[in-house]
Amino acid sequence: MAKPSRRQFLKLVGATGAALLIGRGAQATAGTSDGYRVDNDTIGMLYDATKCVGCKACMSACKRVNSDYGGLAYERAKFDSDGLWDAPKDLSGSTRTLIKLFKESDKKWSYVKYSCMHCLKPSCVSVCPVSAMTRDPLTGTVDYNKNACIGCRYCQVACAFNIPKFQWDKAIPQIVKCDLCKNTNLVKKGITACAEVCPVGAIMFGKRKELLAEAKKRQQDNPNKYLDHIYGEKEVGGANHLYLSAMEFNKLGLPTLKEEAPAEFSEKIQHTIYKGFIAPVALYGTLCFVAIKNMKGRGESEKKQPENSELGEKHDEP
Amino acid sequence: MSHDDYQRHEAKILTPSFIVLLTLTLIGFALIAVRFIWGIGAVSNMSDGYPWGIWITYDVATGTAIACGGYAMAILIYIRNHMHYHPMIRSAILTSMFGYGLAGFSVMVDVGRPWNAYNFFIPSKWQANSAMFEVALCVMAYTTVLLLEFLPAVLTTLEKTKWKTLQLLLDMLYARMGMKRPERIGDRLDSVKELAVWLKPRLDKVLIFVIVLGITLPTMHQSSLGSLLLIASTKLHPLWHTGFLPLLFLINCMFIGYSIAILESIISCYAFKRPFETKELSGMAKIIPWLTIIWLSVVIGDLAWRGQLAAAVSLDFYSAFFLLEFCLVAGGSLLMFSGKKRESIRWLFVSAALIVLGGALYRFNVYLIGFNPGKGWHYFPALAELLVSVGIVAFEILGYQVIVKILPVLPKLHTRQQLDAAHVLAEKA
Repeated sequence: MAKPSRRQFLKLVGATGAALLIGRGAQATAGTSDGYRVDNDTIGMLYDATKCVGCKACMSACKRVNSDYGGLAYERAKFDSDGLWDAPKDLSGSTRTLIKLFKESDKKWSYVKYSCMHCLKPSCVSVCPVSAMTRDPLTGTVDYNKNACIGCRYCQVACAFNIPKFQWDKAIPQIVKCDLCKNTNLVKKGITACAEVCPVGAIMFGKRKELLAEAKKRQQDNPNKYLDHIYGEKEVGGANHLYLSAMEFNKLGLPTLKEEAPAEFSEKIQHTIYKGFIAPVALYGTLCFVAIKNMKGRGESEKKQPENSELGEKHDEP
Repeated sequence: MSHDDYQRHEAKILTPSFIVLLTLTLIGFALIAVRFIWGIGAVSNMSDGYPWGIWITYDVATGTAIACGGYAMAILIYIRNHMHYHPMIRSAILTSMFGYGLAGFSVMVDVGRPWNAYNFFIPSKWQANSAMFEVALCVMAYTTVLLLEFLPAVLTTLEKTKWKTLQLLLDMLYARMGMKRPERIGDRLDSVKELAVWLKPRLDKVLIFVIVLGITLPTMHQSSLGSLLLIASTKLHPLWHTGFLPLLFLINCMFIGYSIAILESIISCYAFKRPFETKELSGMAKIIPWLTIIWLSVVIGDLAWRGQLAAAVSLDFYSAFFLLEFCLVAGGSLLMFSGKKRESIRWLFVSAALIVLGGALYRFNVYLIGFNPGKGWHYFPALAELLVSVGIVAFEILGYQVIVKILPVLPKLHTRQQLDAAHVLAEKA
C-alpha cells in the first residue's frame, strides 16, 4: 500500500531538486531575468572622497529639501538639549545621506558619503512583495512609494549596502532612502540637492556614462592619488552611484561585493520553480489523482472488509 | 471519510492552566497595543541591521513549520493512503489552523504599515519575483483551506446541538432585562442548524479537493520560506546560504510536521488523561528518519559541493550552531531508527522533541543566528518582544484546550479496553 506513494514522494523531491539544479545551470548563461541590462543613460552621482572636505552641506541640504516629503526629522545629540544641531549617527529613518570620517592614522584618512546606490538590478525592488520599491526604467532611479508599502522590511534584509532605513519609533512608520530628489530638488532645479550645494565639487551629478568617463579621466590624470577601482561600476551588477577614493573602499564601510547581482541568483531559482505556474498546477493535479484513487480503492476494500479488526476503528463507543 | 471518528473531550474549561495561559495571552496583547501606539521600536530590539527579529523567525518561519502537523498528516493519510491515521487528523488540523492563523496575526503585528496589506489583492501591485509575495498569498490561502478542513467539526456539532448553553444564557439575559424572550430567536437558531445539515454533505463531496489544496499550498510556501533568504547572499553565512534553501525548508517542515504530530498527541493524551496512541505514533515515527536522512544528505552534499565542510567543523560561533542543529536532527533520527525505541512513548517523545528542536534551530540559524548584516549590528530580542511571542503561543494553546472541549476534535476512544484504561488513568490522577 505504501509503495506507490513513496515513489510519489521521491518523485516530488527529485523534481524540486532537479528544478534547482536547472536553475543553477541556467545561471551560468545569465541575463534572462527581467529588467536587467547595463544602461549608461541612467542618472546618478559620482562621489570623489579625495575632494570631500567633510563640511556636511550635502547632509543639511538633503534634510532641508526632503524633510516634508520623506518624513525626515532632525536628530538631536545627547549633549545638545537646545536642539541646535542635526546630529545623526548613521543613516536612519530620518537621514537619507550622511558624511563619515574614517581615520586610520594622522596621515591616512578619508571622508565617505553614504546614500542609496541606485543599483541597476536592485535587490530591494526584486524582493518587495507589493511593488512599493520600483526602478524607473528611464532614469534608473530606485524609488519608494509609502502608499503601497506594507512595512515588511524585506528590502532591508535584501540590500547588500544596508541602505533602506525604517522608522522604528513611529506608530505610522515608513522606509527612508535616497530617491535622487526625484520629487523635490530634481523637479525644481534639475540636480540633486547634495550635488547642488557641494562647495568643492566632490559630488558630480549626471548620466552614468558621463560619470564613468569622468571617473576614469580623473584616475588617468592622477594614477597615484586614486585606487584603480570605481566602486559601483561593477558591484552587484553595477550602480548609478559611483565612488572614487584613495582609501580602500571596505575601510570606508562600503562592503566588498561580487559582480553578480544577488537578485539575479534568487530570481532564477524562484522563476525556475514557478515558471508559468506549471509546477504547482501539476503538483495539485497529481496529488488529486492519487488522493481520489486512494479514496476509491478504500471504498472497495471497506465493502469487502467492513471491520478493520487490527485497529478496531469501526467499533461503536460502548 | 467518516466524521464519527472523533469526540469531544468532556472536561471543565476553567482549569488552572487556562488561567495561566490567559494571563500570558493578556500580557502579550497589551504589549501589542503598546507596539501599535508607540511604534515597533518601543517593544522590540530590531534595528535597521536586523530588520527581522524573533517575531518573524519564531512566529512565522518556525511557527508555521511547527504547524505543519496537519500538512504531514494529510500527506500520510490521503497520499500515502494510511487511512487508519484518519482519527488523528482533526486535532492536527486544529493546531495547524492556530499555528497559521497566529503566524498571519504575528505578521500583521510585525509589519510597519499593515493597513496597506490590501495591496496583495491588487494585480497591478503584484510582484512575482518576490518570495515574500508568494509566501503571503499562499499562507492566506492555506489558512482559509484549514478553516474549511476544520468546518466539518463545527457543522457536526451544530447539527446535534440543542443550544443548551446559549438558551440558558439568553433566558438569563432576558430575565435580567425583565423581558420575555421573543420566539423568533428560536427560529433563527433552527435555521442555522438547518443550514449546517444542508451544507455538510455538500462540503463532504468537495472536501477532498480542498484537502489536496491543503497539501499543495504548504509545499509551495514552506519552500518559499527558504527562498526568502536566497537574496541575502552577502549577509547569510555560507553554511546556510545555498540554492537548496527551498528544498531544505520543504523537507525540514515535513519531518518537523510528523515529529510535532507525535509530540502533540503524547502531550494532549497526557494532559487530558487519555490512553496513548502508541501504535499510530510508532508507525508515524518510522517515516521520519527517512526524511531526515534525505535532508542531512542534501545538507552535507551541498556543503561539500560548495567547499564549506571545513567551515562546518571549524568550531567557531557559526559552526557550533550548525553542529548543534545537525546533531539534534541526526540524534533524534538515530533513536527513531530503532524499532524497540519506537514502541516506547518515552523514547518517542525524546526523539521527536530532539528532531523538532533541531529542525527549528535550523530555521533560527537561517533567519537570525547565521544572519550578519555587517560590523556594528547586534540583535537579541527584548523582553517585551519575547512576551509578545509568548502571548501569541499561549493564545494558541489556550484556543486548542478550549476547542477540543467544545467540538469533536480528538480521536474517539474506540474499544472497551481503551476506555477502561482512560478510567484507570483518570482515577490515578
